Order: sequence, then C-alpha cells, then structure tokens
Amino acid sequence: MRGKRVGMRGNAAVAYAVKQAEVDVIAAYPITPQTIIVEVLSEYVNNGELNAAFIPVESEHSALSACVGASLAGARVFTATASQGLALMYEILWIASALRTTIVMALANRALSAPINIHCSHDDAYAARDTGWIQFFAENVQEAYDLTLQAFKVSEDKRVLLPSIINLDGFILTHSLEGLYVLDDKDVRDFLPPKEPVQPIDPDNPITYGPLDLQDYYIEHKRQQAEAMKNSYGPIKEVFAEYSELAGRKYAPVKTYGIEDAEVAALVLGSSAGTVRYVARKLRKQGKKVGVISLTLYRPFPIDELKKALKGIKVLAVMDRSYSFGSPAAQLFMDVAAALYNDKEKPLLFNVVYGLGGRDLKPEHVVYIFEKAEEVARVGEVRESQIWVGVRD
Amino acid sequence: MSKWRTWRDLPLGCVITGVPTSLEYKTGNWRALRPVLDKDKCISCLMCWVHCPEPAIKRLEDDKVEIDYDYCKGCGICAEVCPVKAITMVMEGEQA
Amino acid sequence: MSAGLIKSLKEIPKEELLAPGHRLCAGCGIPQLVRMVLKAVKGPKVIVNATGCLEVATTIFPYSSWRVPWVHNAFENAASTASGIEAAFAILEKKRGIKKPKVIAFGGDGGTFDIGLQALSGALERGHDMIYICYDNEAYMNTGIQRSSATPLGAATTTSPAGRVIPGKQERKKDLIGIAIAHGVKYAATMNPAYPVDMYNKIVKAASVRGPTVLHYFSPCPTGWRADPAKSITIARLAVQTRIWPLYEYENGKYKINVMVKKPKPVEEYLKLQGRFKHLFKPENKWLIEEIKREVEERWNQLLKLASM
Repeated sequence: MRGKRVGMRGNAAVAYAVKQAEVDVIAAYPITPQTIIVEVLSEYVNNGELNAAFIPVESEHSALSACVGASLAGARVFTATASQGLALMYEILWIASALRTTIVMALANRALSAPINIHCSHDDAYAARDTGWIQFFAENVQEAYDLTLQAFKVSEDKRVLLPSIINLDGFILTHSLEGLYVLDDKDVRDFLPPKEPVQPIDPDNPITYGPLDLQDYYIEHKRQQAEAMKNSYGPIKEVFAEYSELAGRKYAPVKTYGIEDAEVAALVLGSSAGTVRYVARKLRKQGKKVGVISLTLYRPFPIDELKKALKGIKVLAVMDRSYSFGSPAAQLFMDVAAALYNDKEKPLLFNVVYGLGGRDLKPEHVVYIFEKAEEVARVGEVRESQIWVGVRD
Repeated sequence: MSKWRTWRDLPLGCVITGVPTSLEYKTGNWRALRPVLDKDKCISCLMCWVHCPEPAIKRLEDDKVEIDYDYCKGCGICAEVCPVKAITMVMEGEQA
Repeated sequence: MSAGLIKSLKEIPKEELLAPGHRLCAGCGIPQLVRMVLKAVKGPKVIVNATGCLEVATTIFPYSSWRVPWVHNAFENAASTASGIEAAFAILEKKRGIKKPKVIAFGGDGGTFDIGLQALSGALERGHDMIYICYDNEAYMNTGIQRSSATPLGAATTTSPAGRVIPGKQERKKDLIGIAIAHGVKYAATMNPAYPVDMYNKIVKAASVRGPTVLHYFSPCPTGWRADPAKSITIARLAVQTRIWPLYEYENGKYKINVMVKKPKPVEEYLKLQGRFKHLFKPENKWLIEEIKREVEERWNQLLKLASM
C-alpha cells in the first residue's frame, strides 16, 4: 500500500486528487451532494495551492460548455455535478464525447426529481450511459480518489481521447469520512504528466470543430466514435494495471468475491457492493455458495470480464439503484441481458430494484436477495423477473 | 470529398481540417442574375468589395476590382451600392 | 484607443479570412460582418459560433469557410464555450507560455437575446476577455423565420404571423446594449453594414479592451424580411436614417451617438421595402405604424438623454 494514510470525506478526496492532478481549468456549478468538491477546489485555487482557472459558471449547462471549450484549447479540465445538474447539461454530454474532449467529471450520484431528492440513486449515472462517456464506479472513498487520478490518464490517452465520469454515491461516499491512502505529489506527477493535447485550438493550424453533418456523413462519424469507445477498453485496462502496480491496490474492470465456487451471485454498482459482500461473507460461513460481482468500469461495458466472472454461476441477481419506467427491466439488467443473450451458457437473471432516493440497503435485504436467487436456482426458472426491496408495501 | 469517404478516413472528432474547404463548393451556379463590371467607369471606391457577402469580388493591387464568378450568387448588392453605376445585373445566359 | 482606427474604405485590410463557397443566402448581411471582424481584429484569434445561420451555412461537413480556428458547441452556449476557451488560454499562457488568441463569439439574435442570454450574462459578469457579437436578423432565421425577442414591433414571422386578429409581433424589441451595460462592460456598440468605416472602428475598439465587450450588428435578411437581396445595404442605411437602428457606442461610461440623424426619413420608407411589414399598410393596421413611430421616437429621445449626460 503506497501513500500516506489520511481520513477524508469522498468529496474532499476527489478534490484532493484533482489538485494533485494539477488541472488547468475547473468549471463547475454547485449542487448537493457535490458542492464540497467545488468549494474545496475554489479554496485550493484562491490559496494558491492549485494553479488553475476556476470558472464560477452560472449553470451546469454552462459548466460543461465551458469545459468543452477549455478542453479543445488543450487544457486539463475537471467538473463535477449530480442529478438535476447532469440532466441540465445533458445535451452537451453527447457533444463533449463526439468532439473527443478529455474532460473528467465527478458525478455524485443522486436521484432525479420529481419529487426532489438529494440522496443516492444511480439515475444520473444511467442517464449518461448512451452519451459516449467512459464511466467508472467507486465503491469507497479510496476508490473515488484513485479512480479520479486514473480517469485523467485514461481520457487523455491518445488512443482514447474520450471524456470520463467517476461515479460516487451521493452522501454515502461524498459525505462519509473514511480512511484512505493518498499518493505523494511526486508519484502523481510521474503517473500523470501534463496533458499533451491532440489537435488543440491553434491559430497557426486552424481547424473547424463541431460542423454540421447532413445525411451523408453523420452515421460515419458515429461509427468512428463507436469504434473509439470500443478501443478505449485496452488502454483502460493498461492504466488500471499501471496504477495497481504504483499504488499497491488492485484495479480491474470487474471485482469479484466468492465466485470460484458460487452457484448464485449478485451484481451491484457503487457503495452497496460493500454491504452485499458483508452479507455474502456471513452466508458463505454458513456454507451457502454465494458470490458478489461489482463493476468498477461501467462504460465501455466490460462484457468479456463479466462473462469470465459468471462462469459456473447459475443465477445472477442484477441489482439496480434506479428504475426505467416502461422498460422491460431496469438499466443494468438490460446491459447484462444484452451482453449474455446469445451465449449458450448463461445464468438465469432477475432484477432487483433497491435504494432509490437514498433508501438504505440493509443486510436483511441482501439476505432476502440471495434467498430469492437460491429459490430460482432450486426451481430452475425465474418466476419473478423483477423485485423491489426496501419498499413499504 | 473522396478522401473522406468511409468512417475510417474521417478526421478525429468530426473536425474539418485543411480549411477552408468551402472553396471546393462553387456557389456561382446559384445565380440567376450576373453582375457585369464596366472597368472604365470604375473609380476604385471599393464599395462593391466591402459589401459583397461571399466575398466574390477580389480587390486587386491598384484597388481595381474583379468579380469572381465561381462564387458570385448574383445578389445584386454590388450594382446597387456602386456610386457610378459601373456594374449592371444581366440575366445569366444573356450578353451584357 | 485611437490606434488602428480608419477613416476610409481603402484602409480596410485586404486579407480575407472568410472564404466563399458558404451557403448563406444571396444578399445576406452576415458575411460582411464576419469579413470585417476578421480584418479588424489583429493577431491570432479563435471564433466561437452559436448554432444558427452563420454556423450552419459555413460549416457543412466537409466544407468549412473559416481560415481561423472555429468552434461550434450548441445553440445557447456560445458565451460559455468562449468563457472556457478564454480561461483555458489565460491559464495555459501563465503555466506554459502558450500564446493566447483573441476570443470572438458570434451569436444570432436567437442565440443571444433568447436561449443564449443566460450564458452571455454569466460571461459578462465573470469578465472574460472576449468580444461578443450578435448578428441580428431579427428572428430565428435558420429554422425558418420564427420570432425572437429581437423581432421588431409589428413584424410578421411564422410565430407572430400577420393574422386577422393579431397583426404581427405585438412586443417590443429587447435592448441588448442596455443589458450589456447593466453588466458593467467597458465597451458596447451597435453596428450597421451600410456604415462600414464606423463598423470597422468599433470592432477595433472592442478588440482593444481587456474584458468582455458586446457588439450588436444590424443584419439584413432578404429571405426572412421578404426583401430584394440587392437592396440589403439600402435597407440597412434606411434603418439608421429613420432612427429605427441608432448607431451609437458606449465607452467607459459615456454614450456617443455616431450618426446624428437630425431629420429622420419617414419610417414608412424603411417598412415598405420589406414584405414582413406589408400588412401594416392595410388601413386597419395603420395604428401599429403609429405605435412603431412612437417607440422609435421614445428610444431616440432616451438615447439623446443618455448621450448628453
């Protein structure tokens, strides 16, 4: 384990990583539960600890717009938002990735209104899933810190050149004080040298950015972008490996626990993985063959790694901290089902909707989920394709 | 643009390089009316050059002007603003 | 601030940084503005363009008319995108010695007065070093002539049609320069293509300011105004001579009227050249012409008062 042991809340840890990454431009608008990231960063700048331009934009839409401009100018750029803020900047998300900016965004996962709710759901993370941004999920404050640093390296990699989001659960991670190891400034500087921009704004080499496409070019441009997202997978794994080596903490697209002999497993994103693993450990002591899979990388979806993890698993409970009204299932379930559909060997799947608006995922809920999974394994078919846990019924 | 036909040929991030590439798009075929300049009447005031939208009027060394028919859309502003009426608008295909 | 100002057309630099081959309508007032801006602003520059006529017509892939770096993001964020570029270059200049180009933002009246107003307000308040130029063709022309808050009183557009019950736009035009001044800009001015020397000099002045400046350009639109393309400059000149479009500038707290119109031409002379005002000449709509005249006089007198202070 490399680095200094400190205690920080998730927001402060992300801001600290951004400072160490020596960003050039920050354009962000405050929104609970991300506000502290913005506040800490403006303190760093005003105290001379961070030599960056802090643009106090007047809305999230302007925040991301300014970030796009700054990234095209060749700067290392950071922003942060949540929920409604992401929804407001939504149209720019698509533009930011199509223009191949290298913006890094911390997304404090919060539920979407209405009703207005400032607590944790993955609505905002899922809302971005089609937009062409690389997406990471942090399980704890350590990961929030580590993934922020890795995100800059991934986005600015000349083989990638796509913006990325680090998801951290609102309040649960953003406001929780946890112990973590932070790297020395020098280690960060070695891992993350200054950005080497590709085709930046340069009056000596004028380029037109963001043209209009008619029917004769749009689909080709998108095909190119799709390929870029696919090709980012290799460099992402390389950065994970390099960072793991540097920090002494392992990073990989998929995290597993107990799957070597598990018959049933739960797939989960974000901080709840900790709770699910805690329950799984208890159940395994009782002799139950349960496993836990969580995704550190969500986009591009780690299809191969997930399939490897699912070998031998008979039933998978796909847990979603969001809901897609009118869809056959919630969002992560749809990703998984699509990835597995054509395989001969695949587990039975059922969807679990949980934790919306910060509703606590309790250990007894997780016990219930594993019980349901075992029941499906016993019966050999899925009778209830989607269940909600933790709802007063 | 034959050099950017397939998705593999396209420049990164939907940019346009090698600007200005619009020179390859000759808007001269838009016009119905064609401006005809009487060089002897021209007093080199540069009014037509300043006001031409495209620009389809070249400003030459001695401040004389020359109409670029590759791009002229035939709007008629040049004829209208010329203080000595050195430019007349003629139907395309007709002689001046 | 008198360095670089000109007195005649001959002093306008020759180099063209906007290439022809774009798809702007014949007789459009926008390219004359762009040509002038690119000549009057010296040194390295970068253009940020909101979605609209200028953006669409000059950058249909793979054709681009711009010989300078040019960025298009979305419709309502020219000012915020420009803010990001400006702040980035300012810090990169400090950190790594990269030379900072002048940032120029172009937006139509739609992308400035309406959907882009928030972004403009934020950029002005934060004091970014940029020239914001609104080319005002008085409606959302690119999408087919829908009204904007810059559409003048009485004008017919597709969303303020000259109907039997409501004859055209009933609301007055927003005061963009007033809004800019309220944000504390050091320089703001109106511009008109029929006064090219005045226009050139105003751009030079705006470019010499370290901070945000706003220029408001009268942009004749033959297509949207249902006018003869050849008459674009004539119409523009009449706009000034009827006092409908006062040419003035605001410089460090002082207002100055650049073209003092002592004996204004009748407003009807301006209106009758444009099909969008045709319905006003029906006897039942005469009252609206009187309204327009009243508004013109009101604004002119207000301006006289401001200029005399």
